[in-house]
Amino acid sequence: MSQGNASSPGGAAQGAPLPEAGYRSSGNLEKVLRGGHFSVTGELGPPRHADARDVREKARHLKGNVDSVNITDNQTAVVRMSSLAASVIAQEEGLEANMQMVARDRNRIAMQSDILGAAALGIRNLLVLSGDHQVFGDHPGAKNVYDLDSVNLLRAVRGMRDDGELLSGQKLPEGGRPRLFIGAAYNPFADPEEFRVLRAAKKIAAGADFLQSQCIYDMDRFKRFMARAVDMGLTEKAFFIAGVTPLKSLGMAKYMKNSVPGITMPESCIERLKGVAKEKQAEEGIRMACEQIEEFKGMAGVSGVHLMLVEWEHMVPTIVKEARLVPRPAP
Amino acid sequence: MIIAERKPLDEITGFIAGAGKVLVAGCRGCVTVCNAGGTKEVEILASLLRLDAAKDGRGLAVDEITLERQCDPEYVEELSGPLGKGYDAVLSMACSIGPQFIARRYPAQAVYPALNTCFMGGALEHGVWAEHCQACGNCVIHLFGGFCPISRCSKSLLNGPCGGSAGGKCEVSKDIDCVWHLIVEKLSAAGGLEKFMGIELVKDWKTSRDGGPRRIAREDLLK
Repeated sequence: MSQGNASSPGGAAQGAPLPEAGYRSSGNLEKVLRGGHFSVTGELGPPRHADARDVREKARHLKGNVDSVNITDNQTAVVRMSSLAASVIAQEEGLEANMQMVARDRNRIAMQSDILGAAALGIRNLLVLSGDHQVFGDHPGAKNVYDLDSVNLLRAVRGMRDDGELLSGQKLPEGGRPRLFIGAAYNPFADPEEFRVLRAAKKIAAGADFLQSQCIYDMDRFKRFMARAVDMGLTEKAFFIAGVTPLKSLGMAKYMKNSVPGITMPESCIERLKGVAKEKQAEEGIRMACEQIEEFKGMAGVSGVHLMLVEWEHMVPTIVKEARLVPRPAP
Repeated sequence: MIIAERKPLDEITGFIAGAGKVLVAGCRGCVTVCNAGGTKEVEILASLLRLDAAKDGRGLAVDEITLERQCDPEYVEELSGPLGKGYDAVLSMACSIGPQFIARRYPAQAVYPALNTCFMGGALEHGVWAEHCQACGNCVIHLFGGFCPISRCSKSLLNGPCGGSAGGKCEVSKDIDCVWHLIVEKLSAAGGLEKFMGIELVKDWKTSRDGGPRRIAREDLLK
């Protein structure tokens, strides 16, 4: 993928080409979704060191199999290569990055600055999150920031893109607006359940063009959520993408059930893995994920799947093939 | 009120290693109410220090005093007499404002904090206190059903619970209520959840600590 060295009419450096009419970004993910295709996004966790080869190696498994790849921002509050740097490396490898940005580590000055920088470097998608609390990470003594929360950060990004204005009111020149397709997260499995769809609605009102969910295992609860989102007209306003993380083992399923806040794991998933020999559990997990994906394809309001195979990226080619998600629309 | 708790005894004895004469100074303000630094706690700490010294065969004289408030120069002045006796160290059992005021008024005197100042909060039950305010300087609790998301949400979120809220508890600890769960419950019961859908404006932190150390000067009270 080109790094967008085209010049704007004013001669200023322009990170990505200007969007075509009817589009907010010049990115592939937006084209796929607006084109009515069932989108596939992947996830790539940057390494806990500075060797770019790690990102390039993971990118190889994803290339051609996904429309865009989320590059996580110090996920689980563990220090990793920055999402911006890893996004640029992933794009050099021919992927389209969906750069994640959490509100935990930076104030509004740093975040707006990084957004301008990301757009200048050719990033087309930005997914905004609150971020995992730092007590879970490798620097539990760190000070957190949360100057803006994720909803207000979404507003800030949209303001920069659509109104050409920073939060301060400072104007951006026409050619210097970050033309980003804006993403947010939604979690139908956190509590209070009745509020989760309203939280998604707030994010859409604040500027989210697409939303990707937390890992889905509890299909009944997910269906309840989507039915309500459809009823409220939210799926007309933004693209809802369903999050899938195949279970590698019974142990992983139990860990997700007991130790990961905001994930619900139905007993049926645990029972199904229990019924399979240990060495066959990963295969069964992939099969379960493919069955889920098949359901999502036909589910009202669901526009795509988000495959979160962190540190299991090499299984992405298998899962997209088995779930009949390839070939992807040409960028 | 300000909630504080006593530092570990080892840390306090470390402050006064080598001292022969110390004054333990309590405060009748917040720290008396939260059982951290009132007359009773002064007495307990003084006894512990005497026992610790006796155990090691060291000579240590420990005197006790409790001021009305240590955050008020008028009462800090009351130390001028006692401090004339020549203490090697003063252990203040007020919130951190007390030892700061004492150190400023008596620059030659060694002063140590015997408490950790923890937060602004209230008593949930006898012996349990919880944070309820972060002194952001611009109170907005009326927008949130009377709850403060700035101090009581681990991420100070202003637009609803994050994805880590589970069973009414915060992802950070099962001992922390998810304040957003409480807000949503309260507003739902009052039928006001739709009001909440309006996006809260970006918080102006100037009135908080981020604007630099704060000061209030009341013209009507200034002479």
